[in-house]
Amino acid sequence: MNEHYTLNVNGAEHEVADAWLGESLLYVLRERLGLSAAKGACEQGECGSCSVLVDRELVCSCLVLAASAIGRAITTVEGLEPSGGLTDVQTAYLEAGAVQCGFCTPGLIMATHDLLDRVPRPSEMQIREELSGNVCRCTGYGRIIDAVQQVAVARSQVES
Amino acid sequence: MIPAAFDYVRAENAEQAISLIGEHGDEAKFLAGGHSLLPLMKLRLAQPTVLIDIGRLTDLSYVRDAGDHIAIGALTRHMDVENSPVLHEHAPLLAHAASHVGDPQVRHRGTIGGSIAHADPASDLPATTLAMGATYVAQGPNGTREIAAADFYEGFLTTALAADEILTEIRVPKMNGAGWSFQKFNRRAQDWAIVGVAAWRSNGDSGVALVNMGSVPILASSVSSALSGGASVADAAEQAAAEADPQPDLNASAEYRVHLAKVLTRRALDAASG
Repeated sequence: MNEHYTLNVNGAEHEVADAWLGESLLYVLRERLGLSAAKGACEQGECGSCSVLVDRELVCSCLVLAASAIGRAITTVEGLEPSGGLTDVQTAYLEAGAVQCGFCTPGLIMATHDLLDRVPRPSEMQIREELSGNVCRCTGYGRIIDAVQQVAVARSQVES
Repeated sequence: MIPAAFDYVRAENAEQAISLIGEHGDEAKFLAGGHSLLPLMKLRLAQPTVLIDIGRLTDLSYVRDAGDHIAIGALTRHMDVENSPVLHEHAPLLAHAASHVGDPQVRHRGTIGGSIAHADPASDLPATTLAMGATYVAQGPNGTREIAAADFYEGFLTTALAADEILTEIRVPKMNGAGWSFQKFNRRAQDWAIVGVAAWRSNGDSGVALVNMGSVPILASSVSSALSGGASVADAAEQAAAEADPQPDLNASAEYRVHLAKVLTRRALDAASG
């Protein structure tokens, strides 16, 4: 039942040897590829802690089989800034105090990058709706929304 | 939460999917977006020994204007239903209801056909397509057949699909400017409906269906009968639970669900009549 296959993660091909295709993408990222940014919590597609991009779309990696991820382009927090530094979104989360325990943060960072790539100046309602798949039990969301708005403003000032 | 072991096979087209399910029988399940089946498998409430992956059948992902109705491929994802210009023009109730399914991550993966074939009475799209008088197309070893939505839901998570059939298309009649509304009552925006109501109204006609008011999605035909008999919206809405058989759970008692169904039906009909 086990197979050898290749996953494209953060622009590089990763070999996965002798593994069951029924494992979740989240499990493969964390346990086989050592990419531990995406977190496992509910395992039911409810909490968003495991959010990654598959072919540039935000998905819960706990509900994507490894088999379904073969041949797709997968992006995790580790691949957002190839130099290893922080992205503007990560910096804004730190500066706004949008990180408390930090468990939900990687999923929210992915969701925020995805949102701002598609909608450069989202309204507060749009931010709340677009981040509704990412549950945070610490912050009450206020500072998360502040962080997203800070990035949106900063990016628009760079452009103008 | 790890599912019980299963074998994985990927179908390259609908015919191959049907042949594979025929080969593997009752122990196999189709995997589309995986957002209903995989959670159940992780809870070991479902333990298929073979998963037949139909998630890459991209030729079953489409929204087409087919004259008097809109044809939607079963593998069309909620996000694509939500954003379809054709549906916004001709069947806005369905596009709107799809935008209320789960959260963005769920809508990127979940499919309309998966939701309907799974037949969870708490899901938004089975009841919405039922209210719209949809027809579902099933393909089996001997060809295709049409099943009216009203004949499709047989029991909890049980449908008229045969074991060797695959749902390929959903056909919803064009709404032709009918008023409509989708009312979803829940505690958090991304949750399942505690109770939901999908409704449309046009001249003398109407359609009303209820989410999470029984073991199957419920067509509230008594409401439509009352309306066509000249009843006011308020009086018709009192009939909302006539066909329902709501069950209590942690969110709501059966009595509270009946109350919600009446209130939400009145709101939906008021909005659809406006």
